[in-house]
This record gives sequence, C-alpha cells and structure tokens, in this order.
Amino acid sequence: MKFGATLGKWLDMPIGSTKSTWKRFWADTGLAYIYLLPTLLVLGTFSIYPVIRAFIISLYDWRIRTQEFIGLQNYKEVFSDPLFWQSVKNTLIFVAGTVPLEILLALGVALLLNRQIRFRSFYRLAFFLPYVTTVVAVAMVWLWIYHDQWGLLNSILGWFGVAPQQWLLHPKWTMMTIIILSVWKSLGYTVVIFLAGLQNMDKELFNAAKVDGANDRQVFWHVTWPLLTPTTFFVSITSIIGAFKVFTEIFVLYGGKPGPMRVATTIVFYVYEKAWDEWKMGLASAASWALFFMVLVVTLVQLWYARKRVHYD
Amino acid sequence: MQERISTRAPLAKRLGNFWAYLLLTFGSIVMILPFFWMLSTSLKTYNETLAMPIKWLPSVPQWQNYIEAWNAQPYFPRYFVNSFFVTVVTMVVEVLLSILAAYAFSRMKFLGKNILFMLLLSTMMIPGEVLLVPNFITLRELGWYNTYYALIIPWVVSVFAVFLLRQHFLQIPNELQEAAYLDGAGHTRFMLQIMVPLSRPPIATIALLKFIGSWNAFLWPLIVTDKAELRTVPVGLISLMQDEGPQYHIWMAAATLALIPVVAVFLAAQKQFLESVARSGLKG
Repeated sequence: MKFGATLGKWLDMPIGSTKSTWKRFWADTGLAYIYLLPTLLVLGTFSIYPVIRAFIISLYDWRIRTQEFIGLQNYKEVFSDPLFWQSVKNTLIFVAGTVPLEILLALGVALLLNRQIRFRSFYRLAFFLPYVTTVVAVAMVWLWIYHDQWGLLNSILGWFGVAPQQWLLHPKWTMMTIIILSVWKSLGYTVVIFLAGLQNMDKELFNAAKVDGANDRQVFWHVTWPLLTPTTFFVSITSIIGAFKVFTEIFVLYGGKPGPMRVATTIVFYVYEKAWDEWKMGLASAASWALFFMVLVVTLVQLWYARKRVHYD
Repeated sequence: MQERISTRAPLAKRLGNFWAYLLLTFGSIVMILPFFWMLSTSLKTYNETLAMPIKWLPSVPQWQNYIEAWNAQPYFPRYFVNSFFVTVVTMVVEVLLSILAAYAFSRMKFLGKNILFMLLLSTMMIPGEVLLVPNFITLRELGWYNTYYALIIPWVVSVFAVFLLRQHFLQIPNELQEAAYLDGAGHTRFMLQIMVPLSRPPIATIALLKFIGSWNAFLWPLIVTDKAELRTVPVGLISLMQDEGPQYHIWMAAATLALIPVVAVFLAAQKQFLESVARSGLKG
C-alpha cells in the first residue's frame, strides 16, 4: 500500500482524488505524450541513445564498413598515446589561459559600465558584437590580422618598436593566438552577465557602506565582490565548459591542422582526427569520454555549489 | 542654484568617469577593429592588401570584390540558400516543439511528468562533442548522410528553450486555464489562443538564439556532408579558402557576406537578445 503511494507520487498520479480528477488525469496524460512525442523522439535518438552507443562503439574496432569487438583495447591505446595526454594538457592550458583572463577583463568592463556613464548601450553593443558572429568568418579575419608579413598586428606592434613575429608559424605563439581570438569573441557575453549581476544588487547596501565611511576599494572587496560570487561562479563554470570544447578556432586559423608541430591538439581536435582523418570510430569514442569526464567534474562542482547555496542562503 | 549644485557630480567622480570613458572607448575600439579591418580589406585591391606600411582605407572602394567572392566558388550562392533553409526550418520546428513540450511540462498533470522532466534536464549535462561519433554512425545507418535531414533533425530540440519557455508559462495565472476549461476549451486551444500570444518575448528569444546558433554551426555540417551542394556558409568559407588561395581581399569580402545575416538579426533584436543573456546569468 505504502509502496503503491510512493510509486504513485513518483509518477505524479493524483492518489486519493475524485473520479473526475482521475478522468482528467488520464486524458491529459494521453495528450501530453502526443505533445511530447517529437521532442522525446529526437532527444532519445540524438542525445540519450548516443550516450550508451558511444560506450558500445568504444569497445569495438569500429570502421565504416567493418566492426570488430576488442573489449577495452581502445582505452588502452588511447591512454598510452602521448598525443592524447598532450591534447588533455593543451586543453587544460587553453582553459587556464582563457577563463581567468576573460573573467578579469569582463569584470573590469562591467564595473566601468556600471558607473553612471553615457553611451552605455553603445559600449555594451561593441563588446557583445563578436559573440554573435560566425566563428569561421571571424577566425578568417584574425588569420589575416595575425599574418606575419602583411598582418595588422605586426604593423600596430611595429609602432611601438616591436619586431614582427611569426604569430601563426611559430609554435610558441600558437596557444596565444587561439586564446586571444577566443577571449575577444566571448568577452561580451561575460560582460553582459556580470553587468546584470551588478545591476541586480541591492543599492541600499552600497549606501549603508558609504555612510559607514567605506572607500571605493573597501566597498568593492566587502560588498560588491561577495555579492557577485554566484555570478562569478556561474560565469566560471560556463566558460570552463565552453573552453573544454575548443575546436573551430584552431581548425580555421591553422588550415584544418592543430597548429604548427601539432602544438594545439585539443581533446576535440584529437577526437576529430581519430574519427574523420583516420576513421577509427572506436578509438575516437574512447577518447571522447575524457571530455565527458572533465565536463562532468565541473558540472558536479556546480551542482554541489548550488546545493550548498540552497541550504545556507 | 540649489539644483545646479546637485546635478554636478563631485570632482573625484568626474575624474573617475573620465578614466572609465577612456578605457571603455579604447576597449570598444579593440573589439570593433577586426570588423573594421575586415570591411576595409574587403574593399581593397590585391596590391593594397600587401601594401607596407598598411593602408587603413582603400583608395577606391573595390565593390566588385563582393561579386568576385560571390562567384569565386561555383556553389557560393548555394551555400547561402542552404544556410537559410537549414536555419529557418530548424528555428521554426524548434519553436513549435518547444511550445508543445513546455506547455505539457507547465500546464498538464500527467503520468511520469517529473521523471521525464529530469531526464530532459540531465541531457543538458552531456557535452555535444561526445555525441559526434555515435550520431554520425546513427545518421549513416538512417541513410541521412549528405541530406538536409542530417543538418536539421538533430538540432530541432533544445532543452534550454523548453526550460526557458516553461518558466514563462508557469508565470501565467492558473485562473485563466480553469476559466478556459470550464468554457469547454481544451488544452490545444488554450495553448494556441492564450499561452502563445502571451509569450511572444520568450518565443522570440529562443527563435533568435536558434537562428544565430544554427547559422554559425560548423563542426556538425563539416562532418555529415561532403557534397558541395549541401555545404552551409561556414563550411563553404573553408572550401573557398582552400580553392582561392591567399587572396585576402576576397576572403574578407566572403567573411563579410557570411556575417551580414547574423549581425543584421542581432542588431534588429539586440535589446531582447542582451536581456535574455543577462537573465540566463541571474539564474546561476
């Protein structure tokens, strides 16, 4: 009896209600599933089933025409491939290079925009515009800016006496070129979110701090920054997950290759090359779990944090 | 007198604002400069692109570069048609499916509702890149390789859109629904005649996000098509770069053409767009 009630509750059944309510419940159930059918079909086929399938494929030597079960062999091969570990390392370097830089710059811009200034919407627009643009198209533009002979970057740096650099040709600059392009592209998104966080704060707290004689720096560190923590946290998580998946910027800047001497092989690039250059689908699937695992860790941290906030808020 | 004093900010504040304007203007210039450089290069002659020191503006704007970019590839106009077709269909179907799903999850009591909703939300935690390989294989098995289905169907559901719309539907008072129910209006009529008209802003937001996301998509179209007739604009740009060689004035003209639709859509709806992005952060 108790089991039945629990099950009913889990399945959202209106236990113990009148006959007419039940009648409506069953009619709604039928209709609801009709409404949800296309969504569930697409999601089931292209989001849920492939998770299971990715695992199954990873147990096979899976080529386009032949498939052979080989157990955990793909995992063994991936984990003993130095290039795979290099790709994990490169991905982490990219994350470490973009996320703090982007947060710092975005917070700075948002604090400036939060002052009583004119043209705020113009500035906001200027910073946000790159975010909506096509990665391939803007990466083409940056490819041209980075050009070692005729590029804009070397010309501008030349005004300050900096010797021209081979931005795209020398491996020491490769990560930096991708980081600059990525930060430029996504900065505006982070600015808009920080700005919303700042404008959503209770003005009374600032007035109270001012009345108590706090200076601007004290107000920032003791009022603004603590109140902004949830926003900073959200932004960090979103940017970290986004940065884990970097691919297109590299593909375009380096003509379909992972940079000079392969120094920009990231996890997605590794998966892409294994699957669509070497046609080793099983191996690619095994490697893609590394990405899943890294994203999962970050997501769990986020969930843990959200829960903590619900409890102690 | 009194009023004049009160409207004037103290000196420290005005000085602070001076620095704010200076930094923001500098920052904006840095952000916009690549676009300026793209436009300027797209109107130069080949020799002007190689001029040293650099020329900020072309002597005579070479508008024919755009015609050349458009005709550079036998299929360039086709890429645009493909991109428009894929983007618009994906967007329209996504909006319809999101309305239906969001309605079910916000306004109906049905068997297994919470379990299904949690299942839906849990799919948001899976990075799409992990699904590339299995989806590619599924797609080949369905015989969808090199078809529009491949470019459209996997993208017509967005759990984020369902979630966003559901949040909005939940805010519409229940009394309206009960009144409609007593008047004999079923769910479908209530949804179409009351809920949808009351939810125009969030519907526009999800459509907008999809338009931009779909137009800009690269990795998936790259993988599931290898026929030139099916390429979308971003994939087409890559083949233009490969086929034309380093003719930067033509590349920049092509990049400009590719950006016009998204930038136009964004500028037309920027207020809505920025608000929805801002709101997505506040939930965090």
